[in-house]
Amino acid sequence: MDMKASGLPNTQGLYDPSNEHDNCGVGFICNIKNKKSHEIITQGLQILVNMDHRGAVGADPLAGDGAGIIMQIPHDMLVEECAKLGFTLPEVGEYAVGQVFLPRDEAARKACLQAFDTVVPREGQELLGWRSVPVDNSCLGESVKAAEPEIRQVFIKKGANVADEAAFERKLFVIRKQVHHVVWDAIGDDSHGNFYIPTLSARTIVYKGMVLSSNLGNFYLDLQDPRTTSALALVHQRFSTNTFPSWELAQPFRYLCHNGEINTVRGNINWMAARKATMSSDVLGDDLDKLWPLIGDGSSDSATFDNALELLVAGGYSLSHAMMMMIPEAWDNNPLMDDERRAFYEYHAALMEPWDGPAAVCFTDGRQIGATLDRNGLRPARYVVTDDDFVIMGSEVGVIPVDESKIVKKWRLQPGKMFLIDLVEGRIIDDEEIKSSLTQAKPYQEWLDRTQIKVEDLPDENPAMAPDHDTLLDAQQAFGYTQEDYKHFIKPMALTGQDPIGSMGRDTPIAVLSERPKILYDYFTQNFAQVTNPPIDPIREELVMSLVSLIGPRPNLLNVNRIGTRKRLEVRQPILTNLDLEKIRHIENHVDKGFKTYTLSMCYPADQGAEGMEAALDKLFAKAEKVVNEGYNILILSDRPLDANHIAIPALLATAGVHHHLIRTGQRTSAGLVVETGEARRVHDFCLLGGYGAEAINPYLAFDTIVDFADELPDDITIEEAQKRYVKAVDKGMLKVFSKMGISTFQSYCGAQIFDAIGLNATLIDRYFTKTASKIGGIGLLELATETVRRHRAAFGNDPLLKHHLDVGGELAWRHRGEAHAWTPETISLLQHAVRKSDRDTYRQYEAAMNAHDVKVQNLRGLFKLKGTGKSVPLDEVEPIEAICKRFASGAMSFGSISWEAHTNIAIAMNRIGAKSNTGEGGEEAVRFTPLENGDSMRSAIKQVASGRFGVTAEYLVNADDIQIKMAQGAKPGEGGQLPGHKVNEWIGRVRHSTPGVGLISPPPHHDIYSIEDLAQLIHDLKNINPKARISVKLVSEVGVGTVAAGVSKAYADHVTISGFDGGTGASPLTSTQHAGGPWEIGLAETHQTLVMNKLRGRICVQVDGGLRTARDVVVGALLGADEFGFATGALIAQGCLMMRKCHLNTCPVGIATQNSELRKLFPGEPGHVVNFFTYLAEEVRVLMAELGFRTINEMIGQSDAIEMNTAIDHWKAEGLDFTNLLHKPVVEAGVSIYNTESQNHGLDKALDNGLIIQAQDAIEKGTPVKISSQLINVNRTFGTMLSGRVAMKYGKAGLPEDTIFIDAVGTAGQSLGAWLSPGITIDLKGDANDYVGKGLAGGRIIVRPADNSTLVAEHNMIAGNTCLYGATSGEAYLSGIAGERFAVRNSGATTVVEGVGDHGCEYMTGGIVCVLGATGRNFAAGMSGGIAYVLDEAGDFESRCNLAQVDLEPIKAEDDQMEVEGQGGDLEGHGRVNVEHDMTRYDAQRLKDLIESHVHYTNSARGRHILQNWPDFMPKFVKVMPVDYRRALLDIQAKDRAAEHNGVNTSVGN
Amino acid sequence: MGKPTGFLEHDRQDRAYGPVKDRVHNYQEFVIPLKEDELKAQGARCMDCGIPFCHNGCPVMNIIPEFNDLAYQGDLKSALEILHSTNNFPEFTGRICPAPCEASCTLNLDDHPVTIKTIECAIVDAGWREGWVKPIMAKTHTDKAVAVVGAGPAGMACAQQLARAGHSVSLYEKNHHAGGLMRYGIPDFKLEKSIIDRRLGQLQTEGVDFRPNMTIGVDVSVEKLMEDYDAIVLTGGSEKPRDLPVPGRDLNGVHFALDFLTQQNRRNGGESFDVQDILATDTNVLVIGGGDTGSDCVGTSVRQGATSITQIEIMPKPPEKEDKLNTWPNWPQKLRTSSSHEEGCTRDWNVVTKEFLGDENGNLRAAKCMRVEWTPGEGGQWNMSEVAGSEFEIACEHAFLAMGFVHPIHDGMIDALGVDKDGRGNVAANTDDYQSSVSKVFAAGDMRRGQSLVVWAIREGRQAARAVDEFLMGTTELPR
Repeated sequence: MDMKASGLPNTQGLYDPSNEHDNCGVGFICNIKNKKSHEIITQGLQILVNMDHRGAVGADPLAGDGAGIIMQIPHDMLVEECAKLGFTLPEVGEYAVGQVFLPRDEAARKACLQAFDTVVPREGQELLGWRSVPVDNSCLGESVKAAEPEIRQVFIKKGANVADEAAFERKLFVIRKQVHHVVWDAIGDDSHGNFYIPTLSARTIVYKGMVLSSNLGNFYLDLQDPRTTSALALVHQRFSTNTFPSWELAQPFRYLCHNGEINTVRGNINWMAARKATMSSDVLGDDLDKLWPLIGDGSSDSATFDNALELLVAGGYSLSHAMMMMIPEAWDNNPLMDDERRAFYEYHAALMEPWDGPAAVCFTDGRQIGATLDRNGLRPARYVVTDDDFVIMGSEVGVIPVDESKIVKKWRLQPGKMFLIDLVEGRIIDDEEIKSSLTQAKPYQEWLDRTQIKVEDLPDENPAMAPDHDTLLDAQQAFGYTQEDYKHFIKPMALTGQDPIGSMGRDTPIAVLSERPKILYDYFTQNFAQVTNPPIDPIREELVMSLVSLIGPRPNLLNVNRIGTRKRLEVRQPILTNLDLEKIRHIENHVDKGFKTYTLSMCYPADQGAEGMEAALDKLFAKAEKVVNEGYNILILSDRPLDANHIAIPALLATAGVHHHLIRTGQRTSAGLVVETGEARRVHDFCLLGGYGAEAINPYLAFDTIVDFADELPDDITIEEAQKRYVKAVDKGMLKVFSKMGISTFQSYCGAQIFDAIGLNATLIDRYFTKTASKIGGIGLLELATETVRRHRAAFGNDPLLKHHLDVGGELAWRHRGEAHAWTPETISLLQHAVRKSDRDTYRQYEAAMNAHDVKVQNLRGLFKLKGTGKSVPLDEVEPIEAICKRFASGAMSFGSISWEAHTNIAIAMNRIGAKSNTGEGGEEAVRFTPLENGDSMRSAIKQVASGRFGVTAEYLVNADDIQIKMAQGAKPGEGGQLPGHKVNEWIGRVRHSTPGVGLISPPPHHDIYSIEDLAQLIHDLKNINPKARISVKLVSEVGVGTVAAGVSKAYADHVTISGFDGGTGASPLTSTQHAGGPWEIGLAETHQTLVMNKLRGRICVQVDGGLRTARDVVVGALLGADEFGFATGALIAQGCLMMRKCHLNTCPVGIATQNSELRKLFPGEPGHVVNFFTYLAEEVRVLMAELGFRTINEMIGQSDAIEMNTAIDHWKAEGLDFTNLLHKPVVEAGVSIYNTESQNHGLDKALDNGLIIQAQDAIEKGTPVKISSQLINVNRTFGTMLSGRVAMKYGKAGLPEDTIFIDAVGTAGQSLGAWLSPGITIDLKGDANDYVGKGLAGGRIIVRPADNSTLVAEHNMIAGNTCLYGATSGEAYLSGIAGERFAVRNSGATTVVEGVGDHGCEYMTGGIVCVLGATGRNFAAGMSGGIAYVLDEAGDFESRCNLAQVDLEPIKAEDDQMEVEGQGGDLEGHGRVNVEHDMTRYDAQRLKDLIESHVHYTNSARGRHILQNWPDFMPKFVKVMPVDYRRALLDIQAKDRAAEHNGVNTSVGN
Repeated sequence: MGKPTGFLEHDRQDRAYGPVKDRVHNYQEFVIPLKEDELKAQGARCMDCGIPFCHNGCPVMNIIPEFNDLAYQGDLKSALEILHSTNNFPEFTGRICPAPCEASCTLNLDDHPVTIKTIECAIVDAGWREGWVKPIMAKTHTDKAVAVVGAGPAGMACAQQLARAGHSVSLYEKNHHAGGLMRYGIPDFKLEKSIIDRRLGQLQTEGVDFRPNMTIGVDVSVEKLMEDYDAIVLTGGSEKPRDLPVPGRDLNGVHFALDFLTQQNRRNGGESFDVQDILATDTNVLVIGGGDTGSDCVGTSVRQGATSITQIEIMPKPPEKEDKLNTWPNWPQKLRTSSSHEEGCTRDWNVVTKEFLGDENGNLRAAKCMRVEWTPGEGGQWNMSEVAGSEFEIACEHAFLAMGFVHPIHDGMIDALGVDKDGRGNVAANTDDYQSSVSKVFAAGDMRRGQSLVVWAIREGRQAARAVDEFLMGTTELPR
């Protein structure tokens, strides 16, 4: 395989190494008093061993993804070793050690050594000598050995020209950069061998490599040497998506270990490059110029981050200061932050955009060691402090066994917080102290006041007015407005302030295949996070989001100590009204003449036609460059000059072009970029403009359009209000789009280019959209210009249809003269008639019609010609229908989004043909697990686990053949879901374990999957509960999905689904259905190619879905690499769906996507219809296989050379498409599987549960109570779950009687303690626990309390990690201590007591009771729609930490309730004592007390006892958190029950 | 988009007819339009389907969801613009179209389609009433001359579109008035002729030069036509009626339906004709053929005061209700009862006419018929067989043959032009360019596709105009 020296293969096919991701485990141990010892190294290595499960192993069992350690320079050992080599090391601090990876090739190595000889003296330092680092490479995997570098250490003596240690480190940095540049110049960029300098420092040294974490110490003999000592050891274990040995990408880097992902890295790299011209540094002086290029493109995001951090530190910022700049806390919407800190962040915001994404960063410079967490807290970091001055920190607690009695503190890093140990000062510095000293160091507020100007503070100007209707219409047409833009976007946005919703997927051609002139925005699809980082919920977690944009020149990044002269202009959000824009245009005379604005026209003379656009662009760029040189520092790109004689360059093209041009000229940070355009109107458009560099946008034509339909506005909405709502809708929509990628701020989104291009050629991309992924080529500038010109001509021409009306559009609904669709009246009726009449001929007509549509170039596969093997085979030699049907699955559609009739109909049909149906996210009623009398079964073979975890119980999971983790959905990747309250009837509420009438939210992310190692954990959890089921992961096609799939395979998924963007949905913002995700052809091909290259293909089954419709699609899917095939819309249509696209309105006229009982009666489907569809489909697949010469599907999988591009198709835009990469067939060695041949080794044999099951045999078989003892350490993950699965299998949801299996455990539990624990099992753990305690708790009881010998005060220390009780449906948990972030997220029925929780407690909760006997973090109860929480609010500030959007806070009322409970009053005469569990609207005091009593009973909590002893004092300090909808729904139910009682009717509904 | 829940709130309500006892005494239209609020409610029932099957079911591709929504919102003026963007003559289709759109309406799955045709008619009637219908004058004119031959709905639509594109258009018609079958075939009680006349006024203003009483090949030679025009569009209809060659066909009283209907239309229009009156007054009438033309014969006979009317059909009686799931959204075979049937007639199916029996004067006195049976055969074909011994007679003095039309009349123009014909005897041309085998000669409407609906004629006329414009100018902005 063609490999880069770094170990990564070069780009080939659709594989691109720049898409690689990595996540990992990090940890450190240090001695606070800087006491060096070898022990610390040993323990550091032990941390690695105990976090082994957070890393991954690829095809080669000895090849890990990389591990490493950073520590202080082991001076004593080195002195002795160097002496042996004949040179003497001076005192500590007077010399530096460089760890150097050298090429094995002699000549190349020589060049590298020479580079040191040249550069070191040139920089005034002395090269003392070299030492070969002793290694034992017998532990390396074969695949790694090939890339193993020669490792040596270089010793450099401090020269006379450096004043102090800091200056020496700076000099070393300069030397390292220059050596790299010299080597690259000497031996070429691409073949610089393995040359790489992990560290060159007088303080620290890194040992790292492509070794299994447990082998790091075996490989580097230095690490075993007792003379090797350090007071700190920071270690890193990598989990990468690939299996290619890349030594340099192993961590730690020079300063840090990073567990996370920088989502905005492309933008950050661009902005760093853009700063070159404006950067200068007092401390670096002329050395600064020697550092460029600063960032080696193509490194990992973490490496890039490290490069930037190094620059900041070299430039004079302290490590912690630099960290605060790069990973700022959320300051914009945080009312709890003090003013000084906010000023600090706001000031620095103009210096540098955030490096946005989930991150736990551990860093050290050898004197300080610390860690910080991103604003969202999306990575775990736990630490303990011991009484003998050790601090141990890691992704997990318990990574080094420590005597509990020695521990003085157990805590965690909180979102946005930093934690620092200064070894020189010998103390721990907490977040508050670090930050207040930094924020008070300079008068940031004063500096801000002097330099930062807000647009709203500028004096008013005259805004532009809307033109007359006819002029407006011409402009709208020139900019490609359609009736749908008006009807489905602008109007609803202006009325409701929301990004509009639609349903079903997209079945229209991608822009490059459309016959209609498309606007440029349509050629881009939004990227979204899947697996390697989580999307954010911008509504429920709004506090981390920010739309603040800074317009105009950026200050000098390295201007550390004094105020810059440059002014900065701030807007609250980037959509400018006409008034805002005029303020900016005329800013010159205000704010001390700090700004000068120049308006550049994006229009050019129409007579120059399409051919003229390139020159017009060049002219525009030249002009931009010129005016920036002249001192203009805000550029407004405007297309207002558009008229009959002037064509507007697409605003996106002009914006991206100017942005990149100014980056290239180094001027970008000298001027701001504002776009005044009539073109942008949909959320997607604004995202693109921002994503390619626009700092603010004025969509004047959208505003004018609103003025134009003013008479259609309701009376209470003025034009101004409508425009305001429109802006609000754009803002919310943009936040949603950022958050899909896990990005929180507009500032870091700006210029980050989070898009794939589909159908644009490389010349166009390189020139104007530099570094954007575009995999299949496509049109160039001329074609793009032609489309623009066509639109312009039509607008100003005589087309009678456009005289009074906009073009119909037809994207969102089928229309004559509109966009083409795959599902048409013809194709739908043919399919339905075929399956209803059992008429295969009609079915063939359907296929023919559908394929004809494809060939009319609806999609990429329409351009394929299937040439097959060249030799057809007789039909009867092709494998039978049954074998093919087994590979079919129906798509995930929940009961709830579709009706019972529709849902069960598909299930029965799929079971009849031996295929699989999918529950979707909505649970499944137990009655369906038992076959019907006629032999049919309503059981869905595939049980979906989505982010809401609705109805995901132990019973549900054990009744699965496949368990599918839905990471993303084709129609709306990165989005959560929402089932409105009116759709949650009693029945659906029951299945989903929620309250009827209360709306349900599926969060955008799985809160237990923020990274790939988290996914591995969930896979492990699910495998434990149901070892027989295949665990599947559903991904959506986008560029890079292949590398994610490789990671998924390494995370031991048995199955992966790649969904195309044209899948369906019950409801989704149109922005998502239309503009996110890519065609499945690209995603599938990339996945297959990447898996094969990684030798991972054999161990995972690949399914493709999302827009498969015909046998030809199945065959194309197989040829591109799919083992299995999913159909959702096709199956729905077979049973009657008409593509009404009204699913979100509950008005489905065929009773499918509705819960309306009248409409459900109209459901026309029968299982036979669906059976017919799949049977005919399979038959046609066989026919095609015979024709192409394949006997089995397996023979066909991955044979992409059986496809060629159909050159006969005449389509003016398709000419530039190039499928070479798409159809690339990776060359593999013999024996490497190219389809699913083996199963994954999940390592379940190592689980403690195997022992539990044996010991609990009697309990499981006979119900005899048993008591079991167990000893846990953090590697014992998912404890109790396999056992729980056995119970659920036998006893279902009811489980066993209380405490039948009682497990007495001690130690630190690994992740997912007691996941899906069934009733009858109790785990009583003395010690502590990691993340995900009680995940999906399904009736069991979990107790976690401090160890017997612990001296800690429980209520002040951590007892459990993040995301406990996620998706719990019932059961109890008592935690004596504090739990981490997102406690009881999406709890729907468990009862729990805890003594303190982190941020986002009770998020999305829909049921159950949570009692917090201590403080909570911020954003408590966000999205909480059911259940109740009691919080002890001693400080009286709970209200400020609670998200009050959906809940009320109430006091605990005592007397009245008590009287009722005692049967003394109220309206409950004759009912006697009341069960307080029953009525959540009352009896709080009693219930609360009962809970605390139980807590004390189970945990012996001192806190609990104290509260009970002082109950009258404490009770009033409790606050009840009551969701508003929940109360309303409960009262409704009560009213109904009362009415029913009077009428003698039982209201419980069953069907 | 109507109202999302409108179909759940409002029942279908269609236009009612005036009472039979009143309407059979004249030839006036008797359909009672919906009131304004009723119309809105009907518009509200439209669900704005993601795939509007109606829009596809409609041959002229009327953009139905849009105008339904506008009707719901009470904006009939905008609705009219939408309607006119696909249909030149909605007032014709709003009256006499069988409304395949309603058959394919999603709500027809449950037998309650939106009253699309009624809404269409209300929109355009409001347009005429309020004066919104104005001539649309071409801004510039070309130097191209086009002859459109045959002034039925296809010819009218074609001529209108071409005139709007700026061409000089001559619309030739062999009859005294334009309108084709709409004028001479369809009775006034279904379509009053003033409705055609006002539309012709618009055409004239827009520049269509109407040449009545001109038969090509007789009054103007084919050669002259070819010489004078840059393009010629044949829109002469499919006028050759299917005959019933049985004994007694020559008896007095046996007529083609159209001969009977045309007379009455001429009579109502005050137009003279020089053939013998065919009047059903006080006679027993037999209508042979169960389609719309037969139905028109029934209604006309009623109005002329026939003693009795019997309508027979050779095909079996269609089901009262179609098998919806296997037919929708297509046009279903089902029993259709027209307003004329309500006015009084006996209907019978599975009847074949074997012979006409006359009296001694050569006048018809009865038809001799037999029962037939239909059995399924190979390849989905149905085979007919006569039931032995089932002969019976139907007494009648008039028999009207309403069994459809086979193809255009070939004698004269078509033969003289020498255009190729398709297998069914129609002028061969496709629907992409509408060009016949003879250069610059186009064909559209029934003359090209065979007997069909007015709505198809309009569509073909429009599309042919687009093809002609593109042929003449290289490009066209006339809509598809």
